[in-house]
Amino acid sequence: MTDHADDPGRSITWHRVDEDGHDHEDGNATLLGFWIYLMSDALIFASLFAMFGVVSTSYAGGPVPREIFNLPLVALNTGLLLASSITFGEAMPHLAAGRAAPVRVWLAMTGLLGAGFVGVELYEFGHLVSEGAGPQRSAFLSAFFTLVGTHGAHVTVGMIWIAVMLAQIARNGLTPAMRRRVMCLSMFWHFLDIIWIGVFTFVYLYGVVR
Amino acid sequence: MTDMQAMDGSSQAHRAERHRFYWAGVLLAAALTVLPFWLVMTGQADRSTTALLIFAMALVQIVVHVAFFLHVDTRSEGGWTLLAFLFTAVIVVLTIGGSVWIMYHLNTNMMPGAITGH
Repeated sequence: MTDHADDPGRSITWHRVDEDGHDHEDGNATLLGFWIYLMSDALIFASLFAMFGVVSTSYAGGPVPREIFNLPLVALNTGLLLASSITFGEAMPHLAAGRAAPVRVWLAMTGLLGAGFVGVELYEFGHLVSEGAGPQRSAFLSAFFTLVGTHGAHVTVGMIWIAVMLAQIARNGLTPAMRRRVMCLSMFWHFLDIIWIGVFTFVYLYGVVR
Repeated sequence: MTDMQAMDGSSQAHRAERHRFYWAGVLLAAALTVLPFWLVMTGQADRSTTALLIFAMALVQIVVHVAFFLHVDTRSEGGWTLLAFLFTAVIVVLTIGGSVWIMYHLNTNMMPGAITGH
């Protein structure tokens, strides 16, 4: 990728580089571009984590994490999201081999596990609000709902994306364009699981321990 | 060469190896998820040890996910994904660590004895 940089005048070199990009299955400008997007998304979450870290003990006389966090429920949610990452990973060898039917089955399972995750999270949010621990109660809870809610919104978008992929694979089959989209979605989904590692450690577990 | 040809060109053995690599990642990720929950929910260690251990395991699990599930290594995209990831990691550490550090000291210096929970 670097041998062309010292001589920009030779346009033929640029064509060769462009072709080189397709020599292996991951060598695709779209995938690298999507990775850069994910990194910028990580910075959004970094600022939300920083905000949460700063106000995580500003309880304003309201409930503290130990009183309101239900760790078995969080463990269930963590398991659901990790399982959905695994089922998505199971779709990838079939994607590489061009088998549309198993790709759709594994994607559908991933979507269902994602729906379970969002469902449990909405139940948790509703329970907190009904207990008087809503986002307006304290800075800690405002930051909690903003951080965890932003992650939940991402997962919801991922589920919509999965539904669109299921419909498009049914209509188009596994064309190169469809493979590229599913590979981007796979990166997106694994990325959300990585953000969740930060959430369950920093927000829930550390909140209960401190 | 199209993506299709590249995929057909990769041998069955290569794919099987990738799948084994992936399942090693799954086992590591599962262990690194179960352990911190077990530590906190059963109260095995004192607070500071538990906090240190869960943050250490979270860092390792993030690396496991990035390496085994997202396949970021020195070769992918000519190293550009790894470079972008490392750059982002630096910014993330600066943002979170810097904010918490500065605001903690502001709190302790400007409101002595205030409700910081420490």
